Amino acid sequence: MSDHPELTKLIFGRLTWDAIPFHEPILLATFAGVVLGGLGVLGALTYFRLWGPLWRDWITSIDHKKIGIMYIILGLVMLLRGFADALMMRAQQAISFGDAVGYLPPHHYDQVFTAHGVIMIFFVAMPLVTGLMNYVVPLQIGARDVAFPFLNNFSFWMTAFGAALVMASLFVGEFARTGWLAYPPLSGILASPDVGVDYYIWSLQIAGVGTLLSGVNLLATIVKMRAPGMTMMKMPVFTWTSLCTNVLIVAAFPVLTAVLALLSLDRYFDTNFFTNDLGGNAMMYVNLIWIWGHPEVYILILPAFGIFSEVVSTFCSKRLFGYASMVYATVVITILSYLVWLHHFFTMGSGASVNSFFGITTMIISIPTGAKIFNWLFTMYRGRIRFELPMLWTIGFMVTFVIGGMTGVLLAVPPADFVLHNSLFLIAHFHNVIIGGVLFGLLAGITYWFPKAFGYKLDPFWGKCSFWFWLVGFYVAFMPLYVLGLMGVTRRVSHFEDPSLQIWFQIAAFGAVLIALGIASFIIQLVVSFMRRESLRDVTGDPWDGRTLEWATASPPPDYNFAFTPRVHDNDAWYDMKSNGYQRPVTGFLPIHMPKNTSAGFIIAALSAATGFGLIWHMWLLAGVAFVATLVATIVHTFNYKRDYHIPAEEVLRVENARSRLLAGHV
Amino acid sequence: MFDNTASSLAASGVPRYHLTEEHHPENGTLLGFWLYLMSDCLIFACLFAVYGVLGRNYAAGPSGADLFDLPLVAVNTSLLLLSSITYGFAMLEMQRDRLKATLVWLGITGVLGAGFLGLELYEFAHLIHEGAGPQRSAFLSSFFTLVGTHGLHVAFGIIWLVTLMFQVGKHGLIPENRRRLMCLSMFWHFLDVIWIGVFTFVYLMGVLP
Repeated sequence: MSDHPELTKLIFGRLTWDAIPFHEPILLATFAGVVLGGLGVLGALTYFRLWGPLWRDWITSIDHKKIGIMYIILGLVMLLRGFADALMMRAQQAISFGDAVGYLPPHHYDQVFTAHGVIMIFFVAMPLVTGLMNYVVPLQIGARDVAFPFLNNFSFWMTAFGAALVMASLFVGEFARTGWLAYPPLSGILASPDVGVDYYIWSLQIAGVGTLLSGVNLLATIVKMRAPGMTMMKMPVFTWTSLCTNVLIVAAFPVLTAVLALLSLDRYFDTNFFTNDLGGNAMMYVNLIWIWGHPEVYILILPAFGIFSEVVSTFCSKRLFGYASMVYATVVITILSYLVWLHHFFTMGSGASVNSFFGITTMIISIPTGAKIFNWLFTMYRGRIRFELPMLWTIGFMVTFVIGGMTGVLLAVPPADFVLHNSLFLIAHFHNVIIGGVLFGLLAGITYWFPKAFGYKLDPFWGKCSFWFWLVGFYVAFMPLYVLGLMGVTRRVSHFEDPSLQIWFQIAAFGAVLIALGIASFIIQLVVSFMRRESLRDVTGDPWDGRTLEWATASPPPDYNFAFTPRVHDNDAWYDMKSNGYQRPVTGFLPIHMPKNTSAGFIIAALSAATGFGLIWHMWLLAGVAFVATLVATIVHTFNYKRDYHIPAEEVLRVENARSRLLAGHV
Repeated sequence: MFDNTASSLAASGVPRYHLTEEHHPENGTLLGFWLYLMSDCLIFACLFAVYGVLGRNYAAGPSGADLFDLPLVAVNTSLLLLSSITYGFAMLEMQRDRLKATLVWLGITGVLGAGFLGLELYEFAHLIHEGAGPQRSAFLSSFFTLVGTHGLHVAFGIIWLVTLMFQVGKHGLIPENRRRLMCLSMFWHFLDVIWIGVFTFVYLMGVLP
């Protein structure tokens, strides 16, 4: 190889054998596990001849339901990775006291906490949120698909390949050691000359394109494709919160794109945006990234609020209390989320008046949020509450989230924040709202809509195990962090000298083990439910006595969702139909116009990831070729004008007759 | 609360709860593309804001007053504004269903866009040659990034324009192509609007003492 150093450099950039972590036993063992597991999956796919169906029915699918399911699978797989990071941190902090240094050297520990944050936000919470919106929104508004089905497939694959780049950093090179927002100058080329920050930048840029486009897509879907009669104020609350979330996505993600692009210019072209000399300003990065970052937390929580609204109303068998106030609260939160970003760095030194402004706007957000809590409580009041799994998650959320909200208001007071900034109190606060709010919401949503997607309910016993382990585990893991934070312990520390702190970290580590049992129970729940699917089967399509349109069709819904587009007269459209003796039409079907599958999304996203990989490793040849190929593939795709087909009326009749027989057999 | 006696058929015999013919929701492409443009606009908003913060951080290097060649930029601006007008002519011809005239005006638009890009590249090369490259100061970093991002958009616009000219030539002014021409039209005018901001905010205000 050394014969042609120039050529080697052109092809391999800075990638050498040193980049493979042979000397890290933890990584090596993980790598071996991944390779064996991967080979097992590939072998099984080949043995059962599943490559063809996988490619035709899933990878190239533009069906919003399948794309939604793929997003959720991606989110759950990445949850395992992100949670493994969390366990490693808890274990390290529980043992690394005094003379004991623990098992993670600082450079590895720093990568672990960075990867944990990045993965949990971008590749767990975001795919789960986008997946649920993708699956549910078109069904709730009575549409056949999203506005841009091809773009939807492309968005998913961009997200998936972004996740793949983060995973690659585990075994080829390293990940950033900067914390999940990669503040300069630490993330600048002088302090971080390695590939870690570049992995960070390009995985987020690639996934960010996917997120932005899926935001545009769902916005256009909700605005243009609602069933006749569904005015804005008749939309289900989940659709409303999805609308607001996607407004936030379209308005916030460009800022992330811009600020990461500027950071990469600093790193690749020696520009001076965030450097310490030649006029750069690092605090500008912090401002910009939080102008994206604060709306981002509302991008995650708003859909969860929507899920809780659907769940509460369904399982209390009551119309949601205060629909209009719920909608206005959502919109107010959407707007306010842009006026609070500076509360993430009151310590910047922007002065009393600026800090007061942002402190007050932050406190004001708790008003619409409180209104929502009261709406849910009043919906439950004198309702016939059924304590099914989604309802348990909802009640767990209401208690936990209120505590998290109150510690948030504490942090919104600038003088208090000066004491608590970057402490474990902050860590406890945002885990309190993200686990207690977003994650509980997503798990409620997954349990709620699972029977819609697969035609059978999830096993309640293992679901209850999962719920109680998560709930108790959360409190045991994070309440000690509040205590430690109040005592002044800062975040991102891999070693402590003061032995009096150790007991709190040990309690927190035990809490993390309980959460691990919660995740294990969830996986067991999936397996057990699949095995017992015949006894858990729901043939009605409406297992929970639901109120919105997604329950009006079969479970799983046919490709075309609704044989005839529904007409909407009420907020709770399906409840309205049921109460008025709606009869399912069984004749008079017409051919249905549908979009056709395409491989273009997968190919373009794969080429983008190859471009990113080339840029990370300075493989200029690969980066150049892959970039040109991305452009060419995109242009070639635009020459395809035959993007749709018709499902013949006989096929619709066959599917609907099969459903009629099922329904008749059920009664 | 509900009238349980109401039948699922309305009085006229039309089913109350579903349509009997195929539902054609409005096409969302123009709205979707406009939303994308607004997100793009926010990227430019960030770059303008960054220029606003860093635009006077010369780091003892040259300032806008030292560097900017206003007559050159005036020519450049005229080329781009003119290309917006010619794109408008192309759209008028499209409305009249005149394929050839549409293509001619699109071609002229592309040539004007390429001229704009050429002059911008010349300006950049000249600045870098004088030692005023993007690495020299935060002012120049933000200048090159803001102007360069706009230029990059114009370059992709030209690639799109050429692709679309092929497609219009091949399939004619079919509805799909009309929709695509409308999208590119929005994109092209959007770049014009951004450039007016760049011209005013960066160049005109930049040469003020």
